[in-house]
Amino acid sequence: MRVLELDNVVGGYGDTQILHGVSMHVDAGEIVVIIGPNGAGKSTAMKAVFGLLKLTDGSVLLDGEAITNTPPEKVVRHGVCYVPQTGNIFPSLTVEENLEMGAYVRVDDFKPRLKEIYEMFPPLLEKRQQAAGTLSGGQRQMVAMGKALMLEPKILLLDEPTAGLSPKFRGEIFETVKKINRAGTPILMVEQNAKQALGIANRGYVLVDGKNRFEGTGKELLNDPEVAEMFLGGGKQSHKTGKA
Amino acid sequence: MAEFINFYLIPGLILGSIYALGAIGITMTFGILRFANFAHGETMTLGVYIAWSLVQLTGIKSLVPILLVLMPVSMMLTIMIVLLIDKAFYKPLRASPVIILVIASFGLMLMIRSVTQFSWGVQLKTILPGIQPRINLLDFLSFPLKHVFIVGGALLLMYAVHHVLTYTKIGKAMRAMSDSPELARLTGINTENVVMATWVMGAGLACAAGVFLAVDTQVDTMMGFKILLPMFAAAILGGVGKPYGAMAGGLVIGVAEELSSYHWIGDGPLLNPGYKQGIAFAIMIIILLWRPTGLFKGKSF
Repeated sequence: MRVLELDNVVGGYGDTQILHGVSMHVDAGEIVVIIGPNGAGKSTAMKAVFGLLKLTDGSVLLDGEAITNTPPEKVVRHGVCYVPQTGNIFPSLTVEENLEMGAYVRVDDFKPRLKEIYEMFPPLLEKRQQAAGTLSGGQRQMVAMGKALMLEPKILLLDEPTAGLSPKFRGEIFETVKKINRAGTPILMVEQNAKQALGIANRGYVLVDGKNRFEGTGKELLNDPEVAEMFLGGGKQSHKTGKA
Repeated sequence: MAEFINFYLIPGLILGSIYALGAIGITMTFGILRFANFAHGETMTLGVYIAWSLVQLTGIKSLVPILLVLMPVSMMLTIMIVLLIDKAFYKPLRASPVIILVIASFGLMLMIRSVTQFSWGVQLKTILPGIQPRINLLDFLSFPLKHVFIVGGALLLMYAVHHVLTYTKIGKAMRAMSDSPELARLTGINTENVVMATWVMGAGLACAAGVFLAVDTQVDTMMGFKILLPMFAAAILGGVGKPYGAMAGGLVIGVAEELSSYHWIGDGPLLNPGYKQGIAFAIMIIILLWRPTGLFKGKSF
């Protein structure tokens, strides 16, 4: 079943067009990863779903219904949650208050969900009364994801959840993403650490210059020599990937 | 010792409580609406004149009913006016650059002041006429009974603010939006409701602070503007966007202003009382240079 679909999306900020026709979809139960060089429009494609930029063409469909150019505060109410790369927690609020804010649009009792989130992220239970801003980078990401999950979203959008984290925490975050997905939430994720991300993904898209360049299953992309040369061999990954 | 407490420390605490109440509104407006509200002092003045009119209308002349009945009514009326002002002036500018909002608030400051002066005249008035009873304690403490009510009322209101911010959904959303308006929007927080709650809190407290000041001194069309600077200083000292910081900052500034004219060295006052307000300004400058985020780590500019 198709949860989210971007159909030939065109748009940008102001007069600057960044997306020149991006198409992708996420099916129920999937982890889908967007990779690509800097400035390829990865994060922008994700923001397009969330109504954070003006789309001049194409459409965004959630469960088959158009949500193109819906403002973010309404997209949330449709059951889409977005975790930005930075500034994704309320630092002066406690961990628990952050999670409560995640449930802001819920009108029913969210206490059972809060318990589930603490079960999913045990370190957060310990620190629930602590200001979220005092937590370590990895734990902040947990707060950010937990906050988004409070809504029991139809789909979770993660923008570079491992950015700026040490390799140890990076692994932890990828494990967490897998865990969230196993619990039933489809995930669309932008990642710099392409190799690790494709390793846990069902499918992936490679964007270049605001357009689709390659797509395939995680494995296919990992084994594609062209993709490997362009994205898996460069940057931080080089010492690990060797000659792919 | 008695002189120090009766004539410097206690008046300092009174002034500090008044600054604190006013500064909460300034800091919350700065945190949530992202601009320095120059019209905050005028909101205070307006609230006082509404209270003064209610006193004339009802003929109530004693402190307790003024504070318990007329003040809450004036607070509500002030809040309603401020919400209308927000709808008419600030709402169309919501997405504008900060400087436009600041200048808009400056314009509103002049407009509200003119309307106040036009409607009520510029002569000094009193809310609480006559000689007020004093309390004498332990042979040396002596202060007017009204000071007990002012400090008590201010503490009660600050506790109410604390309760709202800590235990209610809208209060937590206010703190969240003060932390990050962008994330608040992404989280689905109804930012317009939060903005309204901010005006309600700010205007209500400004009116209360004004009435306390009027009960302690006089009613004057410039009274709010005169304490705008100390209130800004209190908000900056406490950390912009931090309501508890504003409370602490207000008390510190109020006490510092009064203590500055105590004869610490020799017989004369350390600082001529005419320069009292300069203390608030000096503290503000020192804080901005030395610790721009304030005592409670607020936003820096």
